[in-house]
Amino acid sequence: MTTLAISGLNVWFSTEDGPLHALKDVEFDVPERSIVGIVGESGCGKSTLINAILGLLADNGSIEGGSIQFEGAQDLVILGPKEMQDLRGPRISTVFQDPMGALNPVLTVGRQMVNIQYRDGGSTAEKRARAEEMLSLVRIPDAKAALDRYPHQFSGGMKQRIAIAMALMMKPALLIADEPTTALDATLEVATIELLKDLQEEIGCSVLFISHHLGVIAELCDEVVVMYAGEVVERGSVRQIFNDPRHPYTVRLLECDPARQTSRSRNLPTIPGEIPDLRQRPAGCVFAPRCHRVHAGCDQAQSLVEIGEGHAARCNLALEPQTAEATA
Amino acid sequence: MLAYTFKRLLLAVAIVSLAMFLLFCMIYTIPGDPAAVALGPRATDEMREALRIKMGLDQPIWVQFWNFFTGAWTGDLGNEVLSDRPVLDVVLEQLPYTLALIAGGISWSVALGIPLGCWAAVSRGSVADRIVGVISVAVIAVPSFVIAIYALLIFAVTLRWLPAIGAGEPGDLSDQLVHLILPSLAVGLGWVGYIARMVRASMLEVLEASHIRTARAFGLPHRMITYRYALTIAILPTITLLGVGIGQMLSSAVFAEIVFARPGVGKLVYDAILTRNFPVVTGAVLVTTVLFVLLNLLADLLVGALDPRVRSSF
Repeated sequence: MTTLAISGLNVWFSTEDGPLHALKDVEFDVPERSIVGIVGESGCGKSTLINAILGLLADNGSIEGGSIQFEGAQDLVILGPKEMQDLRGPRISTVFQDPMGALNPVLTVGRQMVNIQYRDGGSTAEKRARAEEMLSLVRIPDAKAALDRYPHQFSGGMKQRIAIAMALMMKPALLIADEPTTALDATLEVATIELLKDLQEEIGCSVLFISHHLGVIAELCDEVVVMYAGEVVERGSVRQIFNDPRHPYTVRLLECDPARQTSRSRNLPTIPGEIPDLRQRPAGCVFAPRCHRVHAGCDQAQSLVEIGEGHAARCNLALEPQTAEATA
Repeated sequence: MLAYTFKRLLLAVAIVSLAMFLLFCMIYTIPGDPAAVALGPRATDEMREALRIKMGLDQPIWVQFWNFFTGAWTGDLGNEVLSDRPVLDVVLEQLPYTLALIAGGISWSVALGIPLGCWAAVSRGSVADRIVGVISVAVIAVPSFVIAIYALLIFAVTLRWLPAIGAGEPGDLSDQLVHLILPSLAVGLGWVGYIARMVRASMLEVLEASHIRTARAFGLPHRMITYRYALTIAILPTITLLGVGIGQMLSSAVFAEIVFARPGVGKLVYDAILTRNFPVVTGAVLVTTVLFVLLNLLADLLVGALDPRVRSSF
């Protein structure tokens, strides 16, 4: 069973300068018990995608077409606010990027974890016991005492582990992790990733892992979705994306990863240009203005081209292997 | 927390001492001989000289200040001119009325301001939000004595719903409360506007915070998010604002006490100025200063009690 199946998802925002097409024809699946990574630079629509899945789009945003099938049974696009609220927490849980601000500063950790269980029957003592159990699971020392402490009394790494404990406490079917390790330093990042992977296996949930850190994606994920300017430009297994990228954007993105630099250089590679103004989307390929392989066919609308099992890229040249000429 | 309270108390002592110094300078520079004022026009030079010595006015200025300073700290604010009673007793007798008036004013402003501001923030951009905005500015703009006079005209004179003057029968609590409604409204109404605007602004800020997004992502009920997660944080700046605002409320209380002919420190000062009873003026100002500093301290301690981040930084 597929935990999350997104197809043809379009999200528009109304802004003072006209409508903005934030997500265009987004299409990918999160299979059961798998970890799918979403990668892309800032402004590629990662946060909009999360909010669309959670039903928490800002007031000026709306989903115009497409579907988000959850566990093959419910379409999150047409679900009412009440039903959506019932899913958030117990079935779909989220860990956000900023561990410093993600917890309420004036409520104790225990209080917040008890509040999350408000739907369940049972006494506060039982809920506290459950919270304590989760805190021990994410290796918070002295979990019982930690319940009565406030978020500011924990370090950043501990706060992020508490946030993970909160998110997994209800044993959700889908965990959305929005750059959960970006604010942490490198050693904590590795530890947090390992913890997340262990817990995912234990609980058996699917994870939608958003990051711009390619190393983390390669380490953690089974499948990767590459997003650019609100479109899925390429998707496939980790092996396919990292070893055989077919979209020029993916190729450039991998080249920009500092970990992949083999020779000493004064300048780290970058992709020249910027994400286009999404109020005036180009008619053809959205990456064409920055693409090193731009050609005549790029002014036509591009469709996702199937390359192999589960591997697809939104480029006319997807069936030709990408060469190293990109660096030229 | 205890160390912080102690530190703040020390600071309060310093502030009150500074206020005493300023007050002394003001009294000293007021033209006219206090002894002459106290004795009236028919007194002889010998009588004035005798009183000057009794009041210590023949001493050098720094001795006079020291006497005033040590006297004030030990509760000796001098004696009233007319009845020769200790000023402190006279002021403390009137203080409960003013305290009740201010407590009433705060109750009005909190009871109306916080829900209005909260409502405006939650329904941001709606007609309700605009109406609250207009009302807030309107009540802030109208001076409290104008509110006092119109409240008196409408509710006491025309509609006859509430009593017009006085503080009610001593010992009859409900009568005293009924007499408190209009004066405290006059003191507190302007603050309804301040608090509504403050709560709205800080509510909007808190509702944007990422921990509120987390709360929503966990599907917590809307009411719990608004009142338990957001409002508890959003009212913190309001408490600090109120602490400072008590100074302004004390000055509104003067007008309210005059208009409604209520006893109180404001009325006492007003009458004392008219009868040139300067020791009473000085004493009342000093007591009010101490009151203001203490209530301010109380507001800060309250913020500390409600905000664990502040508490641990003490």
